[in-house]
Amino acid sequence: MKILVCVTSVPDTITKITLTDNNTKLNKAGVQFITGPYDDYALSRAVELKEQQGGTVTVLNVGEADAEPVIRKCLAIGADDAIRVNAEPTDAYFVAEQIAAVARENSYDLILMGRESIDYNGGQVHGIVGEMLGIPSISPVMKLDIEGSTAKITREIEGGHEDLEAGLPLVLGCQEPIAEWKIPNMRGIMTARTKKLTVVEPAGKDTLTQISSYELPPARGACKMIPAEEAETLIRLLRTEAKVI
Amino acid sequence: MSVLIFAELEEGAIKKSSLEAIYYGSKVAEQTGTTATALVLGEGSTDELAKAGRFGATEVLHASDARLNEGNALAYASVVAEAANQEGANIIVLAKSSLADSMAARLAGKLKAGLAANVIELPDLSGGFRVKRSIFTGKAFAITELTAEKKILAIKKNTITPEETDATAPVEAFSPVLNDTDFVVKVTNVEKATGDILLPEADLVVSAGRGLKGPENWGIVEDLAKALHAATACSKPVSDLDWRPHHEHVGQTGIKISPNLYIACGISGAIQHLAGVNSSKVIVVINKDAEAPFFKSADYGIVGDVFDVLPRLTKAVKEL
Repeated sequence: MKILVCVTSVPDTITKITLTDNNTKLNKAGVQFITGPYDDYALSRAVELKEQQGGTVTVLNVGEADAEPVIRKCLAIGADDAIRVNAEPTDAYFVAEQIAAVARENSYDLILMGRESIDYNGGQVHGIVGEMLGIPSISPVMKLDIEGSTAKITREIEGGHEDLEAGLPLVLGCQEPIAEWKIPNMRGIMTARTKKLTVVEPAGKDTLTQISSYELPPARGACKMIPAEEAETLIRLLRTEAKVI
Repeated sequence: MSVLIFAELEEGAIKKSSLEAIYYGSKVAEQTGTTATALVLGEGSTDELAKAGRFGATEVLHASDARLNEGNALAYASVVAEAANQEGANIIVLAKSSLADSMAARLAGKLKAGLAANVIELPDLSGGFRVKRSIFTGKAFAITELTAEKKILAIKKNTITPEETDATAPVEAFSPVLNDTDFVVKVTNVEKATGDILLPEADLVVSAGRGLKGPENWGIVEDLAKALHAATACSKPVSDLDWRPHHEHVGQTGIKISPNLYIACGISGAIQHLAGVNSSKVIVVINKDAEAPFFKSADYGIVGDVFDVLPRLTKAVKEL
């Protein structure tokens, strides 16, 4: 089985977002970049499937050279090789075009990625890739098993989940608890250094959206503390002051 | 030409978030000098669908084919694309949801449309088509220009306050072509909590964390939620421990919610948890640890034992 896992390089979840260049850019100074947490789940499940059933796992990132530490970490976790499309991931359509171009050349059985990237939270790329390749896309996937050429999938829905069956190939947007996150071991880190990382130039240049500026949310006011012995006062304040109940 | 709104049904009724989307779509129609058409898929009564008129739609298209009763993102995307072509709609509006997100992504690919997700305000049409959307799970906003001819706006829940009128909208049957290729994913089983208030749609949410000490203690959380007509939620550790189902987990890797009121009980408030709830309008934190970081992001706080405080709050709500 040939699996392609698409990963994003995103600011760590604990990052405090700040802006620069007159609020037209995110300030990258001092920001730690990590593999997108949802992508990490996708990669971990891909490596598990490879260990069970054989095959290969290729990691794909659309990004500039500064994304390479994240790609190397994915290789250390167990991916066999990697492709970096050398371009700034400007919008979902552009990224999807790159993934679809790589997929057309290599015909994968499964294309996995996170349900969304945690920077722009668009959650579109899997659907657009599926549409471009003319194959089904399913998201958010919380369980994935492969039996022969059939995928058995559990997808989260509002207030519950549904079980699905579909033939391969498929594009899946993944989330927990599809697998436990894997932490690279020393051997993985050593072998990752020599695994193949191919850099290719972008296939298309269509972008359909463009960010003109950024804003930060206003700070919340001070927290009004209510003594525990007067807890009932809270309910009165929620009605008369906050007017939410 | 019109603005097309994809409105979702939940047990035969138009979802609250979809009513917000219809209202939003009608305002965009006003801005662009056109009308708003709502599209509803699956089984629903004409009376219920006509409700779209009260929120600004001037017409409702209803595709009632039984194959559309199941929320199928691939088939829905094809139907919405066909309706958009029929109506000459270049702007499509929908409310974010598990189904609508998957549908919108396919639709964006089909129509080569620019898609802005988590939109929180009406577009700014002075020089282009710009929307403000929430990014970094609520930690920032991006003013985004949609440069393609076709545009899809996925509205974040509970950020648009609709105004209701007594207008009605005619409901017209819409019979799209259904392709077998959109029905290749088979649904073998569905498990869904019934009768409860759906967390992503809830105005009020009572949430609890490890401070509750065990799943057997959830009664006091459910009692307060019930008294308030609120949904229940939980933190990631609680879902990881299987004390509560994953669809109740709010946070960075769980569900993102934006209710009017979020009451956090025994949750310390790690930044990853805040990411799921920081767009709540009012946040209440109840924690016995006065140093819990969550108090810094709260509007009201009580330093106290949840096992003492929650039953008293429930009693106070019942006495309102």
